[in-house]
Amino acid sequence: MAALLNVPETAAPGEIVEIKVLIQHPMETGFRTAQGGGLVPRNIIHTVSCHYMGEEVFSAELFPAVAANPYLAFTLVAEESGEVEVRWTDEAGEEFSQSAPITVG
Amino acid sequence: MSDNLTRRHALALTLAAPLVLRLSPAGATPETMRLAIEEFTRGAPVEQAAEGAIELKIPLLVENGNSVPLSVRVTSPMTPEDHVEEVAIFNEVNPLPDTVRFRFTPRSGTARADTRIRLNGTQRVHAVARLSDGRHIETYVHVTVTAPACREV
Repeated sequence: MAALLNVPETAAPGEIVEIKVLIQHPMETGFRTAQGGGLVPRNIIHTVSCHYMGEEVFSAELFPAVAANPYLAFTLVAEESGEVEVRWTDEAGEEFSQSAPITVG
Repeated sequence: MSDNLTRRHALALTLAAPLVLRLSPAGATPETMRLAIEEFTRGAPVEQAAEGAIELKIPLLVENGNSVPLSVRVTSPMTPEDHVEEVAIFNEVNPLPDTVRFRFTPRSGTARADTRIRLNGTQRVHAVARLSDGRHIETYVHVTVTAPACREV
């Protein structure tokens, strides 16, 4: 599942940086009528989390009211150089992650 | 005659079917939204946020309810002793009152998040923040939606 993850390449120690992620996913609500009747089965990404320096620094719980191809922007405090990893799981049980490096100094 | 009845029944069924489908999800109301907020706060009282304490930004007039930009920011020092733990967004018209929840840590640096949501009609959208001292504060914006989301084929 494709995603765009935007992490600043460099930051000063203690700087608050913005992380942006755009995940390709239909976020099927389960309320949509299928062509030919019935409802399209629900399958949404329910959790997105951001990990940095071995810790979860931010997470989001998503409901069907989040638009298709979920976009999230949030911040974290840059302390050490390392990887910023974003993980997400959908209701089909698929788990994904994507990471990008940040250089602090 | 019996032929006629059958046709009439068949016609009635075809007409009724989409209606049943449209009504089947109960749908959020201001009351079910209030219940969802109580579940989020585990019954704790919710205070109206002081002016500027929660900044909830959504366009006031939305042409396409399928993708509505939402930005929320709660003023907080975000220290281990004093920070925002979670911000939950609720609506009163979509099939479900829960919209999205953001969980912050002191290492988030700010209690700020942006996303895009679906809105199934004109309504108030509420933001409720849980603070590290256990208090809950709330604000809302009224959004007018001209083309709702959720029920399109």
